[in-house]
Amino acid sequence: MIWSISWKNVWRSRVRSLVVIVAVTLGLFGGIFAAALMQGMTKSRVNEAIKYEVSHIQLHNPEFLENMDMLCAITDVQNKIKQIEALEEVEAVSSRIKQSIMVKTSATGKGVNILGINPEKEKLVGSIYKAIYDSSQVCDKLGIKDAEKIKEFVKDSCGSYFESNKKNQVVIGEELANKLKVKVRSKIILNLQNVDGELISGAFRIAGIFRTSNSKFENSNIFVKYSDLSKLTGFDNNRAHEIAIKLKDGYKAAPVAEKLKKMYPDLNIMIWKEIQPDLGMMTDWMSMMLYVFMIIILLALTFGIINTMLMVVLERVHEIGMLMAIGMNKIRIFGMIMLETVFLSITGGVIGMIISYFIINIFASRGINLQLFSKGLEAIGYQSIMYPSLNFDFYIIITILVIITGILASIYPAIKALKLNPAEAIRME
Amino acid sequence: MKVVEIKNVHKTYDEKFVPVHAVRGIDLDFEQGEFAAIVGPSGSGKTTLLNMIGGLDQPSEGEILVNETNIGALKSSKLIDFRMRNIGFVFQAYNLIPVLTAKENVEFIMHLQGKSKENRDKRALELLKMVGLGDRVNSRPGKLSGGQQQRVAVARALASKPKFVLADEPTANLDSKSTEILLDIMEELNKNENITFIFSTHDQRVVNKARRVITIEDGKVVSDERK
Repeated sequence: MIWSISWKNVWRSRVRSLVVIVAVTLGLFGGIFAAALMQGMTKSRVNEAIKYEVSHIQLHNPEFLENMDMLCAITDVQNKIKQIEALEEVEAVSSRIKQSIMVKTSATGKGVNILGINPEKEKLVGSIYKAIYDSSQVCDKLGIKDAEKIKEFVKDSCGSYFESNKKNQVVIGEELANKLKVKVRSKIILNLQNVDGELISGAFRIAGIFRTSNSKFENSNIFVKYSDLSKLTGFDNNRAHEIAIKLKDGYKAAPVAEKLKKMYPDLNIMIWKEIQPDLGMMTDWMSMMLYVFMIIILLALTFGIINTMLMVVLERVHEIGMLMAIGMNKIRIFGMIMLETVFLSITGGVIGMIISYFIINIFASRGINLQLFSKGLEAIGYQSIMYPSLNFDFYIIITILVIITGILASIYPAIKALKLNPAEAIRME
Repeated sequence: MKVVEIKNVHKTYDEKFVPVHAVRGIDLDFEQGEFAAIVGPSGSGKTTLLNMIGGLDQPSEGEILVNETNIGALKSSKLIDFRMRNIGFVFQAYNLIPVLTAKENVEFIMHLQGKSKENRDKRALELLKMVGLGDRVNSRPGKLSGGQQQRVAVARALASKPKFVLADEPTANLDSKSTEILLDIMEELNKNENITFIFSTHDQRVVNKARRVITIEDGKVVSDERK
């Protein structure tokens, strides 16, 4: 009956209750939508980084991480790949040769990381091949049908991902290509070190130009075939500097890494959060910030609710006095006011969450186009189209926080009510 | 059998440096089945006395025994429970819960007592029939006249089967017809069910019906007449 009275009491002053409910609804919607945007951005950044840059797990020779010494490599790579591929959680494995080198053109030069990869294996682990525009598709889209024009377009377009069997091909980022003022089929010179520690150079032709949402990555990484690089540097085919692993379920990265640490105690094994600590920190920090953000909003709403409930108590002095007189004890009076406050908050909270859920879902599939800020966003590794997303457990935690808000907001008005003297309250004008 | 014994009760309020003596040494007894009115001018102390009998206020001196229990000695939580089980209240402004129907208002106190839904339903309907509102059980207070609301309040006061009912100016907000109906109902309940009623009132019509009239002036009993 107390529950029923409290619920009915919420609707005694409809306008006043609706004002509070709308305030809670809007406050929560604003907070949840902003949280979904932030989480969507973070998720997208992490997914992009895993797809293009780091994969889920990487294995290195610990010394290689310290000095990038070409000789500090992982040995017996083929065998290790087979063992890792046999793990049920693993989807694909790719080995890489990695070196810091100098890229030169006739006009300029730049220091970059070179990754010697096996294109077919790498396709299964990373998504760089998807980041190269498919020129034939672009021609279709642009309506270019004339064979000569297609040939011309392909020549100038972004090329392909090691599709021909030609030697010494390189795939570079768009940002780097612009900086070096090169395009597909341009020739670049790579200055690197061979296994004997001598400086050597090789001429490579640009096969493709990739474009990701991270201009920093585009600017500092180039890809060549493992075979070309090992031939040039004299690097043993059964050795690699890096083994990258893609898992079937990215959330299992930590337990799989533990398993690998037991399998290869001499190797350094890191999950994506450790490889790029900024990503890990960003994810953890963002999760915390979302709650801090919501708590601040709810705290502000708490004061509005307290104000309303104080008015409620003031208006019902007679009634509360009567309830005390006829035998309603303090706990029940406190409970009645608390329930009324919680109902008020949770009604607004639930409406706010339902609205947020639907609007987030609409934008989660359509995306929010922030093309206007694309340069800035890409410079820090974000896509210009944002897809808000929010984990379901966030809604559950928000529901709990809204209930806590209601309880907190009810304490002061309830204490005020409990301080009433029933004899005076009943006769109060 | 005595339901209320008032022994040398004083009540002094500390009003900013000047103490106000609202009740000055009252001795009274109320027997089971009495229909008594406490009368007196405004500020004479009758409401203070009624509040102390009902356990809503504590005497500064002396003691009040309800059913042989010194209510001044009860702790706050015990006193609330004691009040709920032994004393019925009817207030001047009815003080019904506006969001509940007449039946739910009557049931409410039984809910606080932890009685079953079946018992609550049965007793609430019985009481509302007794006060002539058997056909308005599902009406909310806002849909009832002042007289009808006060009758619901009487039914509510009786719901917990109290030892006596305290009615503070129950007719002050009612027209003469409603007053007559209400007084007839209370008189009937007193005669047929042997329920004790103690009123504080200014209303001559209540005084006329009462079988005992206690007059208070300046916090003292100046007359105690039985008819």
